[in-house]
Parts: sequence; C-alpha cells; structure tokens
Amino acid sequence: MATTTPTAAAGEPPAYYDLDEHPHPPGGSTMLGFWLYLMSDCLIFAMLFAAYGVYGGSLAGGPGPRELFDLPLVAINTTMLLLSSITYGFAMIATDEKRQSAVLGWLGVTALFGLAFLAIELYEFSHLIHEGAGPQRSAFLSAFFTLVGTHGLHVTFGLIWLAVLVVQVMRRGLIADNVRRLQCLSMFWHFLDVVWIGVFTFVYLLGVLR
Amino acid sequence: MSDDLIKTIFGRLTLDSFPIHEPILVGTFAVVALGGIALLGALTYFKLWRYLWTEWFTSVDHKKIGIMYIVLALVMLMRGFADAIMMRLQQALAFNGSEGYLNAHHYDQVFTAHGVIMIFFVAMPFVTGLMNYVVPLQIGARDVSFPFLNNFSFWMTVAGAVTVMASLFVGEFARTGWLAMAPLSGLDYSPDVGVDYYIWALQIAGVGTLLSGVNLIATIVKMRAPGMGLMKMPIFTWSALVTNVLIVAAFPVLTAVLAMLSLDRYVGTNFFTNTGGGNPMMYVNMIWIWGHPEVYILILPAFGVFSEVVSTFSGKRLFGYTSMVYALIVICILSYLVWLHHFFTMGSGASVNSFFGITTMIISIPTGAKIFNWLFTMYRGRIRFELPMMWSVAFMLTFVIGGMTGVMLAVPPADFQFHNSLFLVAHFHNVIIGGVLFGMFAGVNYWWPKAFGFKLDKFWGTISFWCWVVGFWVAFTPLYILGLMGVTRRLRVFDDPSLHIWFIIAGVGAAIIAAGIGAMLMQFYVSIRDREKLRDTTGDPWNGRTLEWATSSPPPAYNFAFTPVIHDLDAWHHMKSKKAARPTEGFRAIHMPKNTGAGVILAGLSLVFGLAMIWYIWWLAAVAFVALLATAIGHTFNYDRDFHIPVEDVIASEDIRTRQLQTAEV
Amino acid sequence: MSAHDNPPVHSHEHGHEHGHGHHAHDDHGGAAHGTRKGYWTGFILSVLLTAPAFALVMTGVIADARITAGIVTALAAVQIIVHMVYFLHMNSKSENGWTLLALIFTVIIVVIAIAGSLWVMYNMNVNMMPGMHAEMTSGGM
Repeated sequence: MATTTPTAAAGEPPAYYDLDEHPHPPGGSTMLGFWLYLMSDCLIFAMLFAAYGVYGGSLAGGPGPRELFDLPLVAINTTMLLLSSITYGFAMIATDEKRQSAVLGWLGVTALFGLAFLAIELYEFSHLIHEGAGPQRSAFLSAFFTLVGTHGLHVTFGLIWLAVLVVQVMRRGLIADNVRRLQCLSMFWHFLDVVWIGVFTFVYLLGVLR
Repeated sequence: MSDDLIKTIFGRLTLDSFPIHEPILVGTFAVVALGGIALLGALTYFKLWRYLWTEWFTSVDHKKIGIMYIVLALVMLMRGFADAIMMRLQQALAFNGSEGYLNAHHYDQVFTAHGVIMIFFVAMPFVTGLMNYVVPLQIGARDVSFPFLNNFSFWMTVAGAVTVMASLFVGEFARTGWLAMAPLSGLDYSPDVGVDYYIWALQIAGVGTLLSGVNLIATIVKMRAPGMGLMKMPIFTWSALVTNVLIVAAFPVLTAVLAMLSLDRYVGTNFFTNTGGGNPMMYVNMIWIWGHPEVYILILPAFGVFSEVVSTFSGKRLFGYTSMVYALIVICILSYLVWLHHFFTMGSGASVNSFFGITTMIISIPTGAKIFNWLFTMYRGRIRFELPMMWSVAFMLTFVIGGMTGVMLAVPPADFQFHNSLFLVAHFHNVIIGGVLFGMFAGVNYWWPKAFGFKLDKFWGTISFWCWVVGFWVAFTPLYILGLMGVTRRLRVFDDPSLHIWFIIAGVGAAIIAAGIGAMLMQFYVSIRDREKLRDTTGDPWNGRTLEWATSSPPPAYNFAFTPVIHDLDAWHHMKSKKAARPTEGFRAIHMPKNTGAGVILAGLSLVFGLAMIWYIWWLAAVAFVALLATAIGHTFNYDRDFHIPVEDVIASEDIRTRQLQTAEV
Repeated sequence: MSAHDNPPVHSHEHGHEHGHGHHAHDDHGGAAHGTRKGYWTGFILSVLLTAPAFALVMTGVIADARITAGIVTALAAVQIIVHMVYFLHMNSKSENGWTLLALIFTVIIVVIAIAGSLWVMYNMNVNMMPGMHAEMTSGGM
C-alpha cells in the first residue's frame, strides 16, 4: 500500500531488511497469551453453566435448590472473594510501586481470604453430602457440584500459584519475570471473580427463585 | 500376596488384560515389538540418542517441532490406515453367512480407533505441524511466542498418541465409535477400560492442542515483521490464525464434555446416564458444539495451503485475497452455528432443525467463494503442474463433490434418510481425505524443499498422487451408493448378497490407496537417497511469493539474520521484483530460547497419570499428579531460559548462504 | 479490524507492541495498569451491585419471581462489566485491542453455546418427552 512508507527519507530506496534491530524484550506476548488461555477457560465454564441450565430442573425426586442452598453462607463466601480481589489489587499497586514487602503482605492477605472462601465452600459441600445431596443424587446436583467445584479447583490452583510466587518474589525480588507472573495471576484471580458472579447469580440466586 | 494388596497395587490391571487370546493382536504386537527393538537397537548402535535428545526432543525450534509433529502424523497414519484396511477386508468378507475374520469385540474397537486416530493423531498433528513450521517463517519471526510451550504441546500430543497405542496391547480401546456417545460410553454399557483410554488420550492430547492454539495466535498477533499489517499477512497465516482461534474456542468444550463423562464414570454423577435425571442427548449436543468447529479446524489450514500453492504455481497473486480473508472470518463465526446438523434426527423439532439446516447451507457459501477464487487465480495463469499443484487440482475436483453431498445432508428431511448411513461416511471421507489430507500432501510436497533443502522425487510422487486420487474414488463411490440404498455405518456382517460387490469394489479402492501410501514412502526414500541431485541451493525452488522462501533451505535456527521489512502482500515476490539486496554484513548476535527437557518430562508424567487413572491404580495416579505439579513448579524456578547465538556463528552460516546463492546463479 | 490494516512501518521497531518507542518495554507489551482509586471504585461498585441482588432474593420483596430474576441477572451483567473494567483493566487500548476482540468473540461463542444448548434441549424435551416435560417444568421454569 502506498500509505506505508518506511522511515527512510524520501528518494532513498525503501528498506527491505531491518538492519538495526533492537533485542526483543522477552515475554512480550505473555499477557496476550494468558488472556487467550483465560478465554478458553471461560468456555469450559460456559459448558458447565449450560449443563447446569439444562439439568437445573432434573431433580430425579431429590432435593432442589430451595431446600439446599444457604444464601447467607453464599453471601459470606462472595464477600471473601470480593475482598481477596481488592487485596490482590493492592498487591499489584505495590508491585507497580516496587514495594516488595507490601506486595508480599497483600499476597498473604489475599491467600487468607482465598483459603476462607475454600473452607466455606468445602463446608457447604460436606454439609450437602451429609444430607444425602451429593453429586450422585441427581443430574441437578451433578451439575451443581461440577460447576461450583470446578471454580473451587481453580481457586485452589490460584492459591498454589500464589504461594509459589511468594517464594519467587522473596528469592529474586520484583524482577521483570516475577512482575509478569504477578500480572498473570492477577488476571487469573480477577477472572475467577467474574466466573463467581455468574455462579452466585445463576446457580444460587436464580436457583432459589426457580 | 492377598488379593486386596494386588488390587491396590495394580488397580484393575490383571493378566487377563493382555489380549493373548487374539491372534491378530499377538501378531501385531510381535511385529511392533520386533520393529521397536530393531529401531531402538539401531539408534543405540549408531549412537543417535544424544543427537535426538539434544537436537530434536528437547528442541524449542518451531521448525523442528513442526517436523516432529508431521512425523507423528505420518506414523499414526500407518496405524489408522491399517485399521481402515481391516474394516474394508472384514466388510468385503462377511457375506453369505461368513462372519468375516474379526469378532464384534475387536471390530468395534477397530472402527473407533480408526476415527479417533485419524482425526486426533493424524489430521490434527499434520495441521499443527504445518502451521508450526510455516507460520513463523511466513511472518518473518524467529520463533513462536512461547517456544517452551510449543515443545510441551507436541509431547502432550505424543503422550495422547501413546495412550491410544497402549490400548492395542494392554486392555482394549473404546467400542463406541469415535465420539463415544453416551449412554453407550457410560459405565453401565462400557464398564471396561476402553472408554477410559479414549477419555485420557483425548484429554492429554487436548492440553497440547489448546496450548499450541494459544501459542500460534499470540505469535501471529505479536511477532509479525514490521510493516506486515493484517491485510498483508500471507493467506496461509490468515487461515492459521482463524484455525487457532477456533481451536482455542472449541477444544475447551471437548475438555468439559469429556470431564463430565469421566465424572459419570469415576464419581457416579448423572450427566449422561439414563437414570437420575441425566440426559445422554446433552452429550451429543455438547460434543458437537466442539465437533463442528473441529471440522473447520482441520480444513481451513488445508485451504491456506491450496491458496499458497495455487498462487505460486499459477505465477499470480491470489485472486480475491480480501474476500478469502472475509470468508475465513465468516466461517469462523458460522462454524459455531451449525452443530445440530449432526443430529437432526434427535427430535428437536421443525423450527430447530430448520434453523440449523439453513445456517449449514449458508456456511457453504464462503467455502464456495474460496473455490471460485482459486479457479480465478488459475485463470490465465502460467500454471506449472508440479506435485503440490496436482494435489490442489485434485482437491478442487474432489472437494466440490464432498461439499455438495454435504449440502444434501444439510436438508433436514433428506438427512432423516442419510443419517448414520454409509452416505455420511462417504461424505466426510470425501471432504477429509479430499480436503484435509490432499491439502497436507500438497503442503508436504510444497514445503519439503524448504525444510530439508531438496525437492521430493516427482516420479514416485506422481504415482502416489494417482493411486490416492483413483483409490479414493474407487473406495468411496460404492459407499455413496450403498448409503443411498440405506446401508448403515459400522456394520460387521451383511445378509443381503446384492450388496457384496460394492464392498469388494470399496476394498479394491482401499488397496489402491495402500499402494499410494507405499509410493509415498518410496518417494521419501528415493528423494533422501537422491538428495544431491534434487538439491536446491536458492532457498526458493518454486519461485515463491511469501517470506519463507526468502531464507535458506533449510533455514538457520534463527530463520532470518535480519528481519525483513514488508511493503506489500506477497512480500518475497515484491522484494524480488524490486531486486532487494540481501544484506551480507553487519550481522549481530541473535537472542534465542534455550532447549529444555521439561516438556518431555511433563508429558511423560501426564502419560503415567493417564494410564494410572485408566487402570484405577490410584497410588500411581496420585504420585504422578504430585510429580507433575512439582515438575511444573520447579520449571518456573528456572529463570535462565535464553542465550545468544554468537555473531561468528551467524556470519558463518550467512556466508554459506551467500556462496550457495552465487553457485545457484551460475 | 480495519484499524490494524496498515500499522506504521518503523524500521527500528519490531511489530506493533513497541510501536511507540521503548519507554514501556520492560515486561508487559501494553497491558493496562490499575490505580488505587480504580480498585476502590470497582470494589465499591461491586458491593453495591452484589448486596441488592442477595437482598432481593433473600427478602423476597418483589412478589413476582420473574421480575426479581430479571433484576438479579441485570445486576450480574453490570457487575461483570465492572470487574472487567476496574479489575481486569479491559479497554480497547490494551494489547492494541486484541484482548477486547478476544473477549467479544468469547462472549459471542459463550452466548451461542449456552443459549443454543438450552434451546435445543428444551425443544427436544418438549418434542420427545412431552410427559416428562410437564413434570419437569411444573416447578416453574
């Protein structure tokens, strides 16, 4: 196209090779690549939501959402996740400001909220299973446990990752590689929030309304 | 030892799991084992292990990984084709009261394995391998965005393939058909390990496929040479971009469906069971949401190859480049709107069926537009009938028929007749062999000189070409006819003697294809033997148009000593026409990623984990999983991942290139 | 997409991500940053959106469950956008718009897959299992 003239001065022949190339900073594609991975993860959740939507009414004579869901508990759980989100945000701001101990502190707080979330979820699951409403009871419960459990598994892996990052930041400080990893985990963590919005709305709230 | 202890250690793996009572399998095992020992012995004798490990297995070079993908595809093609021959033989024999030579248990595994292997371990690695090899070269990049991930993806694909192969000799494979439809694939009807082999093979390979999809998108988006705007991207790269978008958006669906099926089988959930509120139809629905885009994942790269080949061998710019790009994008979206045409007969009713019938007919429009674009590219071109071009022409003739029978199947009322019949089998082989496979063969013949520095032998290539094309039609025309008569697929024995002749003809066709495969192997052998005669020193044997032909054949590890600057579509053609001089001095050290064995180790552990899960060896599964996690985390502690190719090495290899070009001119 | 058709050619630059020079090439090719204010805004907004959703369902203020469901769904949709903007820093500039493009495409596919599955399966239940369908929806679908 005529519009794409190289930076060479007019009259000179255009350059066909980049003779003065600067080294590529490593990891320039990481954020985009990780985002693409998250989008694919989003589709796994989409199928689990679709399954929950289709099986939502397939109780097979078993208990339904109204009997099973404990909304105050879900509200507490949601609070935990929201709090962990903002604390991770503070960790990222500390990262930008290169304050290593603040980063580690906020990561620790985030991990605590994440653990609290998981503990509450495990309590809820064990409670349901004790009541005879385990994943084998009906298609509705299969879909419920799979969807919520998959989210919980993601949180678990997020926590493992977070722990690894804490060690790496302690060892090497806020070097470019570590900052990039913190940013990836940030995306992962906030992505799990977004999924959780879908979960508490479509599974719990709309489930109870059904 | 007590039975309990044995069960804890070996899960459900017992001596009975080894199919020693199946003479065919024992014979196959003997051949494979002897061949394997011979191969391993040869590698040890010639001291090739270190070379293979350091230069290939641990390599993060996209070119080597691409070649390994294609080697995997060709090896698995032999396995998948052996299954095909077995089926053709069985169906040709099992008439007039004969049971044929395969029992039902074995035959059902054969047709399942054939489908699974051909799609997941032949077509997919072929496509991924070609994209891996060509795309970075076409966009003037030195490697992909995530070189380590690329190596890991490849080995995960291998681990999946190994899982399928293991099922041949330990236990059994699924007897469900290639999509393992529920409830047949549920624990009630398939209690054995077959479906578990299926699930874990696909899940493990699926990780690789997904990651290589992410990798190639990031590469295409971020690593294009300066000046290469989206509409100056070579059309093969465009089709690779769209393909990988489809991969990233479709494979998670398969992962989710198979995960739900595994939960049904391992945990006892009720997703796809007949009881407890489950619904097997949901499995069909969800797996085709992945399955239809998968069809385009396979065919779009082939379309890309044909576009490059037709343009190069017609000596013209591709006709309607822009419309090609928009056709790709339209197909990308539309391919998610047609999945129900795979199960019109399931009974969703007239409105649903009409919607999906119409979208299916609409998606044939951009595909048809592409065919016209290729024809107009050839029109008044100076066509050279080299092997890649021959495959392309054969593709156009074959694929149009396959496409039209596809539109026939898209009509819901007609589909009630064609559904599950051999007509369908003929249709999808028509588009997959005539489209994907011909495309890959065109690609191999086209880019082989780039990869190895010498052309493929034309004599054996031509023989292979004619055997494949003729064999394809002889093998599948009878299936169209039988399908129209109402013969359903996957049958093992037949009662009606009037059908016999068609199956015999189809068997003859398969034998002709076998000759085609033989000729292709011969072509590789003869070409390697005569490589000095077939040598290409220019790096541009076909008078190509895109950037991969701007570098030497085979390209150096860093692809381009200086990154090209792009001013036009068909960048290399433009550079040649402007007589752009290749710089011969001022080289610099080049920053490259280091090789690593982490990918092989991670994939190996995944394989162990998968096999342990298949056989219910829980302790091993737990150990493998922890080891997997630990290795992955350990790998992230390695920050030292790149190095510089010293400038002397760059100068040395570029000087060789300079001399080669001078001899080529003389 | 046409915005990307003709990126400027910089003979000193490789690709688009560094098209503005070398000021920000340390680690993240164009990923957006959050600010303390941004995180607080997002947090407060999400609290303001979550709390009413739970309150509406738990108190049952609105008698018609369908209206409640509509409001709750709408609140969730808004909250997802809030999270995308304030926590995931989604905007049309990050990575030259590629992340936003990927997101839009994903949303389209997600909507197709979920809505399509529900539509297909609902119609199948109606057509193939009329009796069971009545039983299933008696709870109010």
